[in-house]
Amino acid sequence: MVTLTIDNRKTQVPEGTTILEAARSIGVRIPALCTLPELNHAPGACRVCVVEVERSRTLVASCVYPVAEGMKVKTNSERVRRARRSVVEFLLSDHPQDCNICQKHEHCELQAVAELVGVRTIRVGRTDFTTHRIDDSSPSLIRDASKCINCLRCVTVCAEVQGVSLLTPEGRGFDSKVVPAMSANLADSACAYCGQCAVVCPTGAIIERDDSDKALAALEDPRKHVVVQEAPAIRAALGEEFDMPPGTLVTGKMIAALRRLGFDKVFDTNFTADLTILEEGSELLKRVKTGVNLPMITSCSPGWIKFIEHFYPDLLPHLSTCKSPQQMFGALAKTYYAQFAGIDPRDIYVVSIMPCTAKKYEASRPEMCSSGYRDVDAVLTTRELGRMIRQAGVDFVNLPEDTYDAPMGQYTGAGTIFGATGGVMEAALRTVYAVVTGKSMPSLDITPVRGLAGVKEAAMVVGELGEVRVAVAHGLANARRLMDKVTDGSANYQFIEIMACPGGCVGGGGQPLPVSNEKRMLRAQALYLDDGEVQQFRQSHENPGVKELYEKFLKEPLGEMSHKLLHTHYVKRGV
Amino acid sequence: MNRECTCEGKGVNDEFTAEQWKLVDDVVRKYRGKPGALIPVLEEVQSITGYLPESMQRRVAKGLGIPLSQVYGVVTFYSFFTMTPRGKHQVRVCLGTACHVRGAKRVLEEMERKLGIEPGGCTDDRQFSLDLVRCVGACGLGPVVVVDEETHKQVKVAKLDAIVDKYRAESPTAEE
Repeated sequence: MVTLTIDNRKTQVPEGTTILEAARSIGVRIPALCTLPELNHAPGACRVCVVEVERSRTLVASCVYPVAEGMKVKTNSERVRRARRSVVEFLLSDHPQDCNICQKHEHCELQAVAELVGVRTIRVGRTDFTTHRIDDSSPSLIRDASKCINCLRCVTVCAEVQGVSLLTPEGRGFDSKVVPAMSANLADSACAYCGQCAVVCPTGAIIERDDSDKALAALEDPRKHVVVQEAPAIRAALGEEFDMPPGTLVTGKMIAALRRLGFDKVFDTNFTADLTILEEGSELLKRVKTGVNLPMITSCSPGWIKFIEHFYPDLLPHLSTCKSPQQMFGALAKTYYAQFAGIDPRDIYVVSIMPCTAKKYEASRPEMCSSGYRDVDAVLTTRELGRMIRQAGVDFVNLPEDTYDAPMGQYTGAGTIFGATGGVMEAALRTVYAVVTGKSMPSLDITPVRGLAGVKEAAMVVGELGEVRVAVAHGLANARRLMDKVTDGSANYQFIEIMACPGGCVGGGGQPLPVSNEKRMLRAQALYLDDGEVQQFRQSHENPGVKELYEKFLKEPLGEMSHKLLHTHYVKRGV
Repeated sequence: MNRECTCEGKGVNDEFTAEQWKLVDDVVRKYRGKPGALIPVLEEVQSITGYLPESMQRRVAKGLGIPLSQVYGVVTFYSFFTMTPRGKHQVRVCLGTACHVRGAKRVLEEMERKLGIEPGGCTDDRQFSLDLVRCVGACGLGPVVVVDEETHKQVKVAKLDAIVDKYRAESPTAEE
């Protein structure tokens, strides 16, 4: 242990602790823009966190400076305050001045820090950004390098958490900026569109493409019958957009808010999550019996799909051919629901609310039109929905709870846990067990696949199938570890679940900001609460709505209709 | 680590000879798996190919098993590495103080006009590339223009044609 004094207060911290962490442990918050402790990201780049250390000639960056015995630190001296203010002033001098119309307005860390340190004037010449190029080539994310402060968080998250390593600082000195390799557009790169860079970006340099105007235009159009679906992870996070505590389950209020916005029918992606389990479970049984293309790998996460298409194209046959629940929903809304409601599918407009930026890309994939129309017309993230609800003047927190519409609103606990890492696996095992043995699992909680460990493994005996070995990974760097094992043959699993984002969809790139592991856990807990205590059924095959769908329309899992509407193929992309 | 690139070879206008590619692959093989290999590899590769275009950076990234972004970051960071081709002859115009006061600025402008390129560029026929330097230690001879290893002293605008023609004559229609 090391004893030091911070702002005249003595404290003891373990050796190797940085001044920033030591200060935080005694309740002194030093402002900082680049460091991201959960990712061990401390490049010492932004210089906002400078403090005064006695007998040190210069101020030091507290995020990288380790404590020493007897050290005396001042975090709030006149010298420190002046330096901080100058640092932020310089950052702002090379930053656009259009804060009011920036998508990150009021969620911008640079803005918050500028306010905190009290910048009131900018005494140096400001960079002219009028001819600046914005990369809006991708359907998911928009990069505006003029707003970049070179904190390098996106570079770290892209390389360390997601294993994509697309982003890099280019050049040197004042002209240095963060770009994809070869300064390529996102659309021409191996970007997975997961949006984790947008999640960590302190400014508006990387943001989600806002498609809410498309949805609003459809809602305004009297000829359009607009239906909406919401991914499981939305109900566990949307409350945060309205300052409700993280992990508050807001299913009923979310439905009510969507009705207020004018959607004709409020359905649920959880319904097609249950359907996915029936299709994917049947596919797994078929593959286990024939021994072909094992391990089978889940295909719900579009960031993961784009990643494997780029980096492991040889493993594509291992992917389940099932579309994601979002796309199954779209295909059925314009066929099954159109038939059910007697509406021309041409007039049906499908909006998805997703925790995910890659879902925007998934909906735009050319093959996603098996209904004869674009299956999903507009995809909005949780953040976009939050903005829409606020814009409409809806008092979300005090909304009365509402319930879903038929026939695509009913769901089970198995469907709802899709939103947390391990959830698809757990849901699939529940149903596979029941199908094989003819009875429910003794306990429906499969805890080894829950939680935030990077790679989780489990094995269970499933009747005549014998032991089924499974693995779960979230975050694409963890996925990479598993795929390397599959490639070299050292993985002996039958089934693998991969979610692109850390924590699964609850930690998606479109979720409310800021995110931490604690929030990811609380959101997942909300979904397990929905599964364990709120929902009447906990196994996908028990969903009465899905049973009805098979009786009246699809006939059987993996049947002809399913193949046409619910299954897909993949593309080898390379890097 | 990036996996094999499946799009390689498609649509790439390959300007390097099979022998150059082989030399490049030899360099990469020599350093594969060694920590800190990237900069020496790029140095050696650039000495073989003259510059480091995208195709070459992809080859190095794939060979060393590192992300392309890392290669690109290093190539753009160090001014020694270049992504634009180098000409057969390197023309360096000195803009050091002594040369400057004797009119090097005009010499540079005229050289730019004559070759049709800016400093850092290369002529379309790959004969000349132009750079400026800040003193070559020959202040008494200024203004100085260095072409390849040869130093031309007291260069006047009127002498530029003769200098350029001399090197152009040395390698007639080399690339055509």
